[in-house]
Amino acid sequence: MRVGLFVTCVNDSLYPRTGRAVVTLLERLGVQVDFPMAQSCCGQPMFNTGYRHQTEPLVRRYAAAFRDHDYVVTPSGSCAAMVRDNYPRIGARAEAEGRGTELSEAATSAVPKTYELTEFLVDVLGVTDVGAYFPHTVTYHPTCHGLRALGLGERPRRLLERVEGLELRELDGAEECCGFGGTFAVKNPAVSAAMGSDKTRAIARTGAEAVCTVDNSCLMHIGGVLAREGSPVRPVHIAEILAGTKESAR
Amino acid sequence: MSGGTSRERILGRVRRALADVPREERPEDHPVVRDYLRVHGERSPAETLDLLAGNLADYRALVHRVDAAGLPALLARLLAERGAHRVLAPAGLPRGWLRDARVDVLSDTPALTARELDVVDSVVTGCALAIAETGTLVLDAGPGQGRRALTLVPDHHLCVVRTADQVVDSVPQALERLAPVAARPLTWVSGPSATSDIELDRVEGVHGPRTLEVLLVAGDPRPV
Amino acid sequence: MSRDGSDVPRGGGATYLGMPAFPRAADFPRAADTATRDGRLRANLRHATHTIRAKRARAVAELDDWARLREAGAAIKDRTLRHLDHHLVRLEEAVTRAGGTVHWAADAAEANRIVTDLVRATGEREVVKVKSMATQEIGLNEALAESGIRAYETDLAELIVQLGDDLPSHILVPAIHRDRGEIRDIFRDRMASWGRPAPEGLTDRPAELAEAARQHLREKFLRAKVGVSGANFMVAETGTLVVVESEGNGRMCLTLPETLISVVGIEKTVPTWRDLEVFLQLLPRSSTAERMNPYTSMWTGTTDGDGPRVFHLVLLDNGRTDTLADQVGRQALRCIRCSACLNVCPVYERAGGHAYGSPYPGPIGAILTPQLRGLASPLEESLPYASSLCGACFEVCPVAIDIPEVLVHLRERVAEGGEVTVRGTRTVIRPAKRHATERAAMRAARWAFDHPDALRRGQRILSRTRRLQPRRLPGPGRAWTDSRELPAVPAESFRDWWARTRGGTS
Repeated sequence: MRVGLFVTCVNDSLYPRTGRAVVTLLERLGVQVDFPMAQSCCGQPMFNTGYRHQTEPLVRRYAAAFRDHDYVVTPSGSCAAMVRDNYPRIGARAEAEGRGTELSEAATSAVPKTYELTEFLVDVLGVTDVGAYFPHTVTYHPTCHGLRALGLGERPRRLLERVEGLELRELDGAEECCGFGGTFAVKNPAVSAAMGSDKTRAIARTGAEAVCTVDNSCLMHIGGVLAREGSPVRPVHIAEILAGTKESAR
Repeated sequence: MSGGTSRERILGRVRRALADVPREERPEDHPVVRDYLRVHGERSPAETLDLLAGNLADYRALVHRVDAAGLPALLARLLAERGAHRVLAPAGLPRGWLRDARVDVLSDTPALTARELDVVDSVVTGCALAIAETGTLVLDAGPGQGRRALTLVPDHHLCVVRTADQVVDSVPQALERLAPVAARPLTWVSGPSATSDIELDRVEGVHGPRTLEVLLVAGDPRPV
Repeated sequence: MSRDGSDVPRGGGATYLGMPAFPRAADFPRAADTATRDGRLRANLRHATHTIRAKRARAVAELDDWARLREAGAAIKDRTLRHLDHHLVRLEEAVTRAGGTVHWAADAAEANRIVTDLVRATGEREVVKVKSMATQEIGLNEALAESGIRAYETDLAELIVQLGDDLPSHILVPAIHRDRGEIRDIFRDRMASWGRPAPEGLTDRPAELAEAARQHLREKFLRAKVGVSGANFMVAETGTLVVVESEGNGRMCLTLPETLISVVGIEKTVPTWRDLEVFLQLLPRSSTAERMNPYTSMWTGTTDGDGPRVFHLVLLDNGRTDTLADQVGRQALRCIRCSACLNVCPVYERAGGHAYGSPYPGPIGAILTPQLRGLASPLEESLPYASSLCGACFEVCPVAIDIPEVLVHLRERVAEGGEVTVRGTRTVIRPAKRHATERAAMRAARWAFDHPDALRRGQRILSRTRRLQPRRLPGPGRAWTDSRELPAVPAESFRDWWARTRGGTS
């Protein structure tokens, strides 16, 4: 089983610790992980802002970078959803525009093997207890793409519930968007900030020490609002929680 | 008719807009899978009746159960309790239904004006059918129901439902049964008039009858 | 009150009759910026949308086959749209056979002209109106006012909006932005100039407010000679029109006048009587979260001795065929105007309906308005971006309109230009001017992402200078740092860490 890590551009540049956590976690579970250097960005920022044609080289690049892998694991719900929902559309549109089947074929090769991290753990590896230790109170925010596009359902919670020392706190209005939305955050800053502060208020009400998601892009926004508000709540990617052990905590 | 050219223009635009639809595709070809339920759940007739009564009451209709023989007395009591004097009986309403009521029975022949209807205290009607799953009465302007305005302008509507043959389970069943009379004006009534326009909170009573009483009658009340 | 008996309200904003035409907001973000600062508005919207959200979820959960009904609803609408010309002709035949008269209006101006002429021909100077999105869209009330015809809105929320010289902000509940206290004040201050005054000592209890509306409108219903409506559905097979409502004002307008004029978008057609069995289950539960709405009226042409003696149906295009021409965007025409998408939308909840600059607010408005009107101004260009693409709208849509998909598709039209249909003519539009800087940035980003070595050099520069970077950004970056801290730039990218520790593969 050849597993490639698609770390995502956000994690690569801003949250390398999340990528390192995925590697630590998967290796602990006996999975050998590979990181093809040719990878970059899934194209979501361009695609979702309306630049479909700018996305196309990145679709090709993704498919090529992971051509030889059986599985691609990514610690991002929204990037996994980008591949799964939008790569086929990009291929179909290119075909409709009379530009051949190359992008459709790229999408066809990429889609079935792409897994968001918690999906890979629960569905492919069949584990929920990953031997993690995280002695903190945590609230879980199910990101929109994880919740609605991928249908992650209870997977992240089931993983968190098996983490030793972790106490999970219920988040009011958990299914509501945090207000990030990619370029939405800067194109509609007032609404984005209002959604963000409503989310951080709900997070504060849980009394948890940390807020956790399957996506660092949402956490960048939530964490940015929390920091501006001077909140002590720490944003943590789920991979970092699942990677933690008693040894590493020492 | 007016806008003859616009008719052609709009139809032309529609046809050009649909250039991607294969020429050989017929209007019924695009698949519609009707695997939704005809009835939600399994119920005995008695349970269906209970469901109807429950759903009617849930939306603030006042529900009464009676057998055919007891109908005139019940109507008389309800009208007396309401203090109704001027009571409208549409054409075709069995005469016996109001025999015990001490009220002025008005007829709609010749047709009453809207202002005359506005001073009617109560209207008594039958119905075409009732839908248990939604708590809905359907009026089809048939005998004993009258034209639409009769059940609209008065503030108190008493509607008689024959439980033996007028209750269906579901919306699909209702539409199937109504198909032969689809050309008639139909009014579906689910509870008294209501609005959700203030803070999206439901309150009863705006323009239609503010009191809806439903009489579920066992047996055949027609000969009464 | 003037001597001719007219009681046109004076002062305070628009003094003309009916609904003021929608002022073109500069663009969505600016209008929303103002709205998010209005604490009362936000509280009202939050309260109302959260109330209905929970109720809808319960009403939908009652039906085990909801997902199948939803699929059938979408399929019936698609089946109709794919042969809309056929169904419209059948509808016309059936309505005509049943004693109605069918008119065709290519745009708002033509529809308004037809209705105005029809009302004039009756000799009447006033009409009572059932709440109708189509007549709001075309600005019928203003058009009638210009010809000296007064249109009375009779839906409670529309009445609140009309009395308050206000604009609708929600499809189902146009006055959702008003709380009970504000409604009481509007009734107390404005009812007298439109007819029967509000009762003395009116409180803000909803039941009392509803009673005040009943009394105020009663007289208008009883004297009305002309009614104007829209319709929720038109059955091509039978020529039957369907209006779904709660208060009974619809029944009043559809039943008591001698003349009924219905203005209906061509996409409201369904092929068969049986198709109603799907929509009469989907709509009430999605809309008011009821098993069934209090009143549904169905009529076919005219009926001797029952209701209006004259019936006119005005079939409205006004951008619908242009929308139909877009293979991705046409799914917006499935919409049955339930407003479930508004009620779950986090952006709508904060921005309010007015920011959308059209009678169609919320997620559906963000895809419908730019298609019906075309990308005509910065407002329409901004609407496809008025979403975080969270997908809550798609999840609740009873006819499965993939609103995020259409939003992104329309963003592409704005950002990259492309083929659109404008008033029936296919044309290629250029990328929006305002997006030039963004377009350059996206190209640069794509180039960098397609050249990982260059990307890596950039990451290293960012890492090396990380202690020098400002916490607040100038220019467009302010949109981020005004309300959020920037993430700390790490000392080493993942890529470099991997190369350093694993030597790099592939």
